[in-house]
Amino acid sequence: MSYLLTCPNCGVREVNDFAFGGEVSARPKSRPTFRELNTYNYFRRNVAGVQREWWFHRSGCRAWFIAERDTRTNEVLMIARPGDAP
Amino acid sequence: VTRLPEQPAERIDRNKLIRFTFDGKSVQAYEGDTIGSALYAAGQRTFSRSFKYHRRRGLMCCAGQCPNCIVAVDGAPGARACTEQVRDGMKVEHVNAWPSLEHDVMSATDAAGGTFTPPGFYYKTFIRPRRLWPVYEKVLRHAAGLGKLRHNQPEREWKTEYRRRHADVLVVGGGAAGLSAARAAAQRGADVVLVDEGPEPGGRLLAEGQQARVDQLLSEARDAGVEIIARGSALGFFDGLVPVWQGDTLHQLRARRHVIATGTIEQPLVFAGNDLPGVMLSDGARRLAALYAVKPGTRAVVATTSDRGLEAAIALHEAGVQVAAVADLRSTPGAPATTLTRLGIEVLPAYTVVQARGKKQVSEAVLVPVQSSGAGARTFVCDLVVVSGGAIPASSLLLQAGATTRYDETHGHFAITETPEHVVGAGEVVGHEQLDVAIHSGELAGLEAAHALGLGDSQSTAAADELRRQLELAADHRAPVAVPPAAIGAEHGKCFACLCEDVTSKDIGISIDEGYDSIELAKRYTTVTMGPCQGRMCQLPAVRVMAQQTGQSLADVGTTTARPPWVSVPMGILGGPTYEPAKRSSIHGRHRELGGNVKWAGDWRRAYDYGDPEGEALSVNRAAGLIDVSTLGKLLVQGPDAGEFLDLLYPNRFSNLAPGRIRYGVISSDAGRIVDDGTICRLDDESFYVTTTSSGAGAVEEWFSWWLADWGMRVALTDVTQGLSAVNLAGPRARQIMAKVTDLDCSNEAFKYLDGKHALIAGVPCLLLRIGFVGEVGYEIHFSAAFGEHVWDALLDAGAEFGIRPFGLEPQRILRLQKLHILVGQDTDSESTPFGAAMPWIVKLDKEQDFIGKWALEHYEQEPPATSLVGFTMTDGYVPTEGAVVTDGAGTPAGQVTSSRYSPVLDRVIGMAWVPAALAKDGAQITISDEGRTTQGFVQTKPFYDPDGEVLRS
Repeated sequence: MSYLLTCPNCGVREVNDFAFGGEVSARPKSRPTFRELNTYNYFRRNVAGVQREWWFHRSGCRAWFIAERDTRTNEVLMIARPGDAP
Repeated sequence: VTRLPEQPAERIDRNKLIRFTFDGKSVQAYEGDTIGSALYAAGQRTFSRSFKYHRRRGLMCCAGQCPNCIVAVDGAPGARACTEQVRDGMKVEHVNAWPSLEHDVMSATDAAGGTFTPPGFYYKTFIRPRRLWPVYEKVLRHAAGLGKLRHNQPEREWKTEYRRRHADVLVVGGGAAGLSAARAAAQRGADVVLVDEGPEPGGRLLAEGQQARVDQLLSEARDAGVEIIARGSALGFFDGLVPVWQGDTLHQLRARRHVIATGTIEQPLVFAGNDLPGVMLSDGARRLAALYAVKPGTRAVVATTSDRGLEAAIALHEAGVQVAAVADLRSTPGAPATTLTRLGIEVLPAYTVVQARGKKQVSEAVLVPVQSSGAGARTFVCDLVVVSGGAIPASSLLLQAGATTRYDETHGHFAITETPEHVVGAGEVVGHEQLDVAIHSGELAGLEAAHALGLGDSQSTAAADELRRQLELAADHRAPVAVPPAAIGAEHGKCFACLCEDVTSKDIGISIDEGYDSIELAKRYTTVTMGPCQGRMCQLPAVRVMAQQTGQSLADVGTTTARPPWVSVPMGILGGPTYEPAKRSSIHGRHRELGGNVKWAGDWRRAYDYGDPEGEALSVNRAAGLIDVSTLGKLLVQGPDAGEFLDLLYPNRFSNLAPGRIRYGVISSDAGRIVDDGTICRLDDESFYVTTTSSGAGAVEEWFSWWLADWGMRVALTDVTQGLSAVNLAGPRARQIMAKVTDLDCSNEAFKYLDGKHALIAGVPCLLLRIGFVGEVGYEIHFSAAFGEHVWDALLDAGAEFGIRPFGLEPQRILRLQKLHILVGQDTDSESTPFGAAMPWIVKLDKEQDFIGKWALEHYEQEPPATSLVGFTMTDGYVPTEGAVVTDGAGTPAGQVTSSRYSPVLDRVIGMAWVPAALAKDGAQITISDEGRTTQGFVQTKPFYDPDGEVLRS
């Protein structure tokens, strides 16, 4: 597994410059049931396809950003700062 | 040492002597020698013992391809003697022979072998009784193998540097084609990297008298700006990333276009005794003579299927080797045969070698005509059998990149047909074998790569068209080769298809008979192609044997999948620790001067103690101590929403913390588990100073900034961990010492427990936090790292009259244990909640606001944990190992000891442990089982030292 990722601040870097923050999942807005809470904490959709995910530029600017990536091909379709993500 | 007279292309410097040892004996070499060339020159013929039968094996390929010369160098196994350069004083040892290479008891399996050790014999033989497997395994492990790993690798010994390099064009292989490709692309303005395995580029040209061509290509490539990575092995092709191992560096190369010019691998012939020392590939024999001026033998027999062997015979003759006869499998030998005949060397058309005889090495070779059965056999006395069974493309990288192959009937091997868009083959690997053709092929690949990148002009386009035309013409003029039989001479002795794993042609036959009749199944059953050569020497022979036995065509048998790594690579290169810079605090030099026992603590180098951990701890309890805590994570959280932000991140409140006050906080995850802990001081309305554990500093910063990115609050986060130093001055005399270094009123009334104040210490602006991790009146002093040693010195000087001592990490651990202060990660794990860790008071579930972990903690508050973290004392003075098991009444593990120390001030052994909730009460007796020893301890839930915190607040 190896590909390039573009940091919105620093530009194109090897993917191992970054830490993977997992797929974007919304934190429950109000008190979830214990089952819902465990689903939020421990379950991932793990899609074979395009996925929206968190990335952290650990060896660079140390900023979090959002990327959309096809998990089958590692093609990165979109990157954005958290507030700018469409 | 006997050497040939100076050879035109020799790589040795005869003026520079080098000495090393082989199995304890001193060996003399020249600079530029390989271990293999030096040992061969010194008369060594047996280099290793084979994997299963412990047969003698000697130099064969002299190019790092075959497994025959694997040795251990300075204790590290897996080196190829034939390519490893000699170094003064290196210790070389044989592997897989006992008691010695010369007398190997396990070689008895060779005489008994065959019926005793068919493929899969250990699955068949050593299965019953089942309980004896551990014994069998031990014996088998001793009997087989290619060397032993050292048991105790010194900590962090192997360091790997990772280098990332992005280029326009990556060329793998520095022979004629590779150099031409790199030159052509670079001359059109591309950024080109060329990787070559040898000590210097040149490939086959070096040993074949083409030094001038190499020099010209190389200097033109260099002039055009090509970066050359010599002694670099391309390990594989991963989604366009090519890792290249060079010494202790792993280059991670990524290019927009790839040119693979990896050449061919000369093939052995499969005949009886084809593994005897003295049987050598033609390229290997030529390399020994040409590059190292070592005579490969005195009298040679050559068996070949192409002109490659004939040319080798001429070269060997010129080097002074007497060539007894040359067997050419073709009925019409190629053009060089005329030269041989003129030299008086007998060339036998349509002949091949059927057997090599000899005890320790070759002494005779038997040549037979291929078409007749036995009649016309000729036996020659010789000490060298030079074989050339054709050449297969070194196509692994191309295949990994997605290229396809087709069986080529004429050449008897699998040839590349198509490659993916970004990858092209050049030179011999794609069948462009004559020197000029290979150069054209490389040049075209280089031009096409440049054109694909938008470089070049009409002139270069025209040049490419002309090259394409030339290559088409050349395709019709490839030198003829003969396809050798799958195996010949099995009736005379073992014919090895696979040298790495000692698989004979018969073994493959047996596996087919047993039903493993596809090449992928036979591979797994016989382990053919799975050894160190990774199929270089055995894939094609195995496919041929299978085709012959099953009646399939070679195309139908197919090949096994090409997988990385393409060359043997130390695990450390792939997974070893990286060269992370060691972190040292600004006061580090003082710890060294004070005799500090410096060890790793995460990425940091820290003083564990100054030689007397218990004494240091006592002096904190009795007088005063000073510890460097610069490693603590330090974050500035600032902005209008800072208080609210911290309220969201911690289970307790911070928005209501008064400026100048401090509160302890435990970070919990949304699953209610403890993530980290530390203190938070409110500096003013909009600023908080957050400390974290030393090891958690980076993770907490990531955690904070992640939530901040999600929530988008008006908060600025600044990591000041590296910029600030911190020391903790603690002990009954701390206040008196403070009075000497600051004007700040440090009386208990003016500067209370959990107050944070700004003041000058020894003239340096500092933030003072009155907290008590070690359980005494203490001041944690944070200041610019630039003044580290100055503040440290000032405090030690001021404290001298009060008996101050510096203390390290170990005494700090004793002191905090006396107070039952947890160490996150030591006393807690990823399952620990604040309730289990006996800190229910830190969770403010009545907080009207949401916070991370709230819902889970609400749940855990209702559902008490099965185990709780408590303190315990020992009655018998035994210090249990951290990690020792706490058992319940029935002896079942029910918890574990997380910390344990002898406390000098209490003169008792104390500790912390997770115990069943029922036992989490004062005075409960717990049973600790520690490496077979069972002892008793008594639970204590309050701190051992100053249980009510009176000292701390005084």
